[in-house]
Amino acid sequence: MDWLNALIQGTLLGGLYALFAAGLSLIFGVMRLVNIAHGDLIVLAAYLGLVVTSAIGVHPILAMALVVPAMTLIGYALQRGLLNQTLGDDLLPPLLVTFGLSVILQNGLLEGFSADPQKLSAPGLETASVALGSISLGVLPLLTFGIAVAVIWGLQWTFYKTSLGRAFRAVSDNQDIAQLMGLNKRHIFGLAMALALAVTAVAGILLGLRTSFDPSSGGGRLIFGFEAVIIGGLGNLWGTLAGGVILGVAQTIGAKIDPGWQVLSGHIAFLVILAIRPQGLFPRMSG
Amino acid sequence: MPDPLLQMTGLDAHYGDFQALYGVGMVVREGEVLAIIGANGAGKTTLMRSVTGLITNDAGQIRFKGQDISGLRADQVAELGLAMVPEGRQLFPSLTVEENLLIGAQTGRKGPWTLEAVNALFPILKERRAVPATALSGGQQQMVAIGRALMSNPELILFDEISLGLAPIIIRDIYAALPGIIGEGMSAIIVEQDISKALSVSGRVYCLQEGRVSLEGASATISREDISRAYFGIE
Repeated sequence: MDWLNALIQGTLLGGLYALFAAGLSLIFGVMRLVNIAHGDLIVLAAYLGLVVTSAIGVHPILAMALVVPAMTLIGYALQRGLLNQTLGDDLLPPLLVTFGLSVILQNGLLEGFSADPQKLSAPGLETASVALGSISLGVLPLLTFGIAVAVIWGLQWTFYKTSLGRAFRAVSDNQDIAQLMGLNKRHIFGLAMALALAVTAVAGILLGLRTSFDPSSGGGRLIFGFEAVIIGGLGNLWGTLAGGVILGVAQTIGAKIDPGWQVLSGHIAFLVILAIRPQGLFPRMSG
Repeated sequence: MPDPLLQMTGLDAHYGDFQALYGVGMVVREGEVLAIIGANGAGKTTLMRSVTGLITNDAGQIRFKGQDISGLRADQVAELGLAMVPEGRQLFPSLTVEENLLIGAQTGRKGPWTLEAVNALFPILKERRAVPATALSGGQQQMVAIGRALMSNPELILFDEISLGLAPIIIRDIYAALPGIIGEGMSAIIVEQDISKALSVSGRVYCLQEGRVSLEGASATISREDISRAYFGIE
């Protein structure tokens, strides 16, 4: 029963990892940009959540109503003002610039909030649980997983059923021809980053509710996000959710064997999948 | 006489470090079908990229409807009413047939061409609307590329090498359909290596040779000798 419990807890944890990964996957898919600052942007969102909750005293979940729009605007401005200038045939400039951005974000947060670990507090929600037979499920992990599924479904719907998603896919296929059709790729890239950071905002708040965070927490979140994307296969959002779940389950099962093995066993699962199926479990598909 | 629809004056353009066009001057009048012919490397593709805004040019070199478009981006040029059927069709592989057509309507320009109108012109596209565009045959893909350009209700439509890589019978069908497609109120530029096809549907023709206009004349009366001289540069 303990193993079943670990499996379920890992699955729920995977929802959070899928949220870390969804934004990464989206911007890589649309504009071939690998965002090294993604983890730090998640942590930035958690800090924004902290500011909002302590300033106006709302529940962290409600704080999303402010943090999500704020991160959306930051995303659009960041893309139009900085990252668009780095995009071209060479993959290296965006890597270097987002690496620099990561350093700036970490140090900015350190300056503003000190190195003390912080946490978003939601008394009641953090400890609430429902019993399922002999297994007890935390309400927060369940909520996180539910939100992750809803977000992935929403992204999938946006990609395949809306004119915005059509524009994303067209620009991803062929930037020149998309531009000929009247799509301004710089604007489309801005919208893609805005959407990615909206998802990041949700991920950051849920991260802050689940564990404590500090200005240097971003790197770890970035790795988990990358691993979930690669396990699932690039360009497939449901695959990203599956990747997050596999990573989460590997970690909780590792922790079950030995608490020190939690992170390591996630990395091992990632490496095994990368070795036997480098294209990921569910590579790009349409529809 | 009213302003020409499209006017190029002293157009210079570069392809990387290499200068591909030298002082090209051309005029397209309203309602006119113009052919541009020339050998490989004569500068036809660079000319198309300049006109559509994929390459920006120095101010004053290209005017469309009286407005200087030399420095505009391709999406801004498209919004003014200029569309292209690109060489090699270049459909979006992750979009279905219908989505490819809908992308063409992205500029939001109103006019006779709607999804229904394109489907009526090419009924096969309606039948196959949900399959990925690149799953179609070459001829059907060309229909999608033409329909996609029409969906923006352009005033000037550019056909870049539409016969390239297609079977002769398909090329014949497409050229037979062209006059009906171009129709009233629309002007067109047809860029072709197949000279007789280009002459058969156009009113006037320009020949490019090594980045310069080497010949200009009425398609109906221009002589074969003049064309081969202008095309190959043989005296």
